[in-house]
Amino acid sequence: MNIGYGLVAQGIITYFYRILSVMSKQKKAVALISGGLDSLLAAKTVMEQGIHVEGINFFTGFCVEGHTHAIRKKDKASPKRNNALWSAEQLGIKLNIIDIIDEYKDVLINPKHGYGANMNPCLDCKVFMVHKAKQWIEENDFDFIITGEVIGQRPMSQRKDTMPVIAKESGADDLLVRPLCAKNLPLTLPEREGWIDREKLHGFSGRTRKPQLALADAFGFDDFAQPAGGCCFLTDKSYSNKLVDLWTARGRKEYDLDDVMLLKVGRHIRPKKNFKLIVAREEGEARFLQGYKKEFINMNCASHKGPLAMIDGEPSEEDLLLAAQLTARYGQGRDAEFVDVTIREKDGVERLVTVKPIKADQIPLQWMI
Amino acid sequence: MDDLGKNMTKEILNAKRLLCPLPVIRTQDKVKTMNAGDILEVICTDPGVMQDIPAWCRINGHKILETISAEMEYTIILQVA
Ligand code: SF4
Repeated sequence: MNIGYGLVAQGIITYFYRILSVMSKQKKAVALISGGLDSLLAAKTVMEQGIHVEGINFFTGFCVEGHTHAIRKKDKASPKRNNALWSAEQLGIKLNIIDIIDEYKDVLINPKHGYGANMNPCLDCKVFMVHKAKQWIEENDFDFIITGEVIGQRPMSQRKDTMPVIAKESGADDLLVRPLCAKNLPLTLPEREGWIDREKLHGFSGRTRKPQLALADAFGFDDFAQPAGGCCFLTDKSYSNKLVDLWTARGRKEYDLDDVMLLKVGRHIRPKKNFKLIVAREEGEARFLQGYKKEFINMNCASHKGPLAMIDGEPSEEDLLLAAQLTARYGQGRDAEFVDVTIREKDGVERLVTVKPIKADQIPLQWMI
Repeated sequence: MDDLGKNMTKEILNAKRLLCPLPVIRTQDKVKTMNAGDILEVICTDPGVMQDIPAWCRINGHKILETISAEMEYTIILQVA
């Protein structure tokens, strides 16, 4: 009998010990850090409630920062920071940067919810990122997810009717907290369980930035990123046109990281379906394109100063002469009667051709992608 | 690195031709496989790493031992925390 009572007592003690340890365990959240102000404020709002927060940042390949600054010479004058790393440093949190380049292809190529104004599949993208964050919290024993979304801030992914879609389709459900507009949304698990106090979250909505700026001021953040053109090339019209052109020319929707990079660089001219030229617009781009000389036929003016041009596709000999005429057009010999152009094969074998530079009015507008 | 402790290792990561943030991601993934005290030398061609890898080290507690920039190549030597 005594042994039986002892076991029951021990069981009760263990049970209460477990409850206590669950109650006292500090809750942990992962914040999707884009590098912009909203995610910075959302993370800070939750940290203020004593939650341990770490950041997660996804690299799709289409992020504006980094690459372009590294490529273009004019951007080198003021070295740019990585805003996600900067945000994490301001918050004093760890940041996990995750390469999702390959997995992201399916999101971009087959978006269930379609594209936004350009080739931006924002809603599918958000669902995918929150889904990845959900996997991450499970693997790393974290409790919930934070995003900087605000109802009405963006036309596609941040609307009252699409916010629940992200929560549901990502599988995060009520583990997804949007601290900047939480008061306009249903209760989440962290609020219900009292891990965070709903009253200390916010009820921002709409496109105005005033509440965010006031909150930034209250937190003492004064050097945050407010990228005017967004942080993603897929929202850019010209970039999107080049991507669609690439898929059309190939006859299928596919890409790799080199394609993603090359669409960011140079002037793209497609005289025919089977080939296009990528012409460097400045020294930084030319240096960057040099790295691809073994992968593309390339050419540059030999008799005059001029840019490096890469030929993407399967050009015929006649096409190469047309490409040489176009290359000459963008060099200092554009008004000369003839220009010598060096054509370089992928294996490095060179030959010289002499061409008449094409005149501006001979270039149909639809060639310019 | 002759003064490396007995159990510490030194590894080299080639991140040439990668543009930021890929060198940071590769560094992060490599560091995950290493032990505290180990040394990692990251060799890159994107000058952005001179800002980004030290920033990543600061927020994750790793120590930058040396940064070298020479002839379009940027090398960062760090010690894993
Ligand atoms: S702008 Fe780009 S990164 Fe942001 S949600 Fe849309 S597709 Fe995704």
